[in-house]
Amino acid sequence: MITKRIIPCLDVKDGRVVKGVNFLGLADVSSPVKLAEYYSRCGADELVFYDITASAEGRALFTDILRQVAERVFIPLTVGGGINAVSDFDRVLKCGADKVSVNSGAIRNPDLIPAAAERYGSQCVVISADVKRVNGEFRVFAKGGREDTGMEAVGWIARCVENGAGEVVLNSIDTDGVKGGFDLEMLNAVCEAVNVPVIASGGAGCTRDFVTLFKSLPKVDAGLAASIFHFGEVQISDLKRELRENGITVRI
Amino acid sequence: MIAIIDYGVGNLFSLSHSLTAVGAENAVTGDPERILRADRVILPGVGAFGDAAKKLRETGLDAVAKAVAARGTPVMGICLGMQLLLEKSYEFGEHAGLGLIPGEVRPISEVIPQDLKIPHIGWNALDIRRSHPIFRSVRPGDCVYFVHSYYGARCEDSVIATAEYGADLTAAVAKGNVCGCQFHPEKSGDVGLGILKAFCEWDGVETC
Repeated sequence: MITKRIIPCLDVKDGRVVKGVNFLGLADVSSPVKLAEYYSRCGADELVFYDITASAEGRALFTDILRQVAERVFIPLTVGGGINAVSDFDRVLKCGADKVSVNSGAIRNPDLIPAAAERYGSQCVVISADVKRVNGEFRVFAKGGREDTGMEAVGWIARCVENGAGEVVLNSIDTDGVKGGFDLEMLNAVCEAVNVPVIASGGAGCTRDFVTLFKSLPKVDAGLAASIFHFGEVQISDLKRELRENGITVRI
Repeated sequence: MIAIIDYGVGNLFSLSHSLTAVGAENAVTGDPERILRADRVILPGVGAFGDAAKKLRETGLDAVAKAVAARGTPVMGICLGMQLLLEKSYEFGEHAGLGLIPGEVRPISEVIPQDLKIPHIGWNALDIRRSHPIFRSVRPGDCVYFVHSYYGARCEDSVIATAEYGADLTAAVAKGNVCGCQFHPEKSGDVGLGILKAFCEWDGVETC
């Protein structure tokens, strides 16, 4: 049986992991390579690297780091951030990424997903959506959650999938950072609308939140989180044991 | 030296580095001479069967792969590379494969329940059907990473492992000195590296 995936997400700026990481026994906690190796050893099923650099120099540094990670860590790697053209797919896939996640790039350029899917296959193309409730409706937000696009989210995500996206990362802005659990209502709406894997993001505060996620929404394929893993509040190995004890199939 | 056949499809970065990680000297190459001289050969592949089979033919590397297999060199196909080892595929039409292992490639939608997602993507447990030297380090319940929408069918005699996804899907095949994995050992963590290491030390003799 296919296992539920646990995915730590690392924000990288100028070649370093940002957003505070606090590990005991890890000398260089801002090294993406060291962290990737650490998470891989702990049982992470996949890693997401998000490039939040704005400059060209930072971007070059990012691909260099990605290459170093891919040389040492042999689990699937997803890369996002600054993906605006098919040439950006090419740039990161050549450095060892397995999947590429698009967000604002897909909002600005509706042709990006179909073009990338045709060239590299749907399994390579991930639509990452930042979604927030506005006037009782789920809306897609752009620019890292700062700008309301006015677009209804569930229909927009379904169109991205029809156009070739092979996986959805749904980040709820409403629950992000609150640590009160995943946004089950929003996730359920998206799961009902698409037939590709859905990765839940935003809101995980403790192990129980993952158990609740997979128990309440069997269609969700994976849970993604950042700070609770980085700060050691949740250890992936403990989390997976707990999931297994609750009857959820995971890779241990 | 392990030759990773480069016929212009897919990204071979991770595969090459995973072999390096298990201590195996390797080269990504489309040079027939180097492939023929290699101690072991890996046939990779992602994308559509028809395109890949066409590229293999156009580069003449289909004949090279067959020649390598015929002389007893251990060969491993990975993902689409495994499917190419079979006789034919029904992915967007009908296409001939290398025919090194009896069987054909069919859509998984024919055998799995409708409510399951396609592709079969993620980590799934290997069910070993027949012990094989490449699985010497695999333990019951070990998971590997899959991404595929088509599967090896009518290859029962050669199936050495399956994975349960609404049906028992072919996860690995072997016949003589030729073997293939539907999953990606280069993306399957330590379990995958163990399989690659075992292949790199395999003499091509199937001992059960």
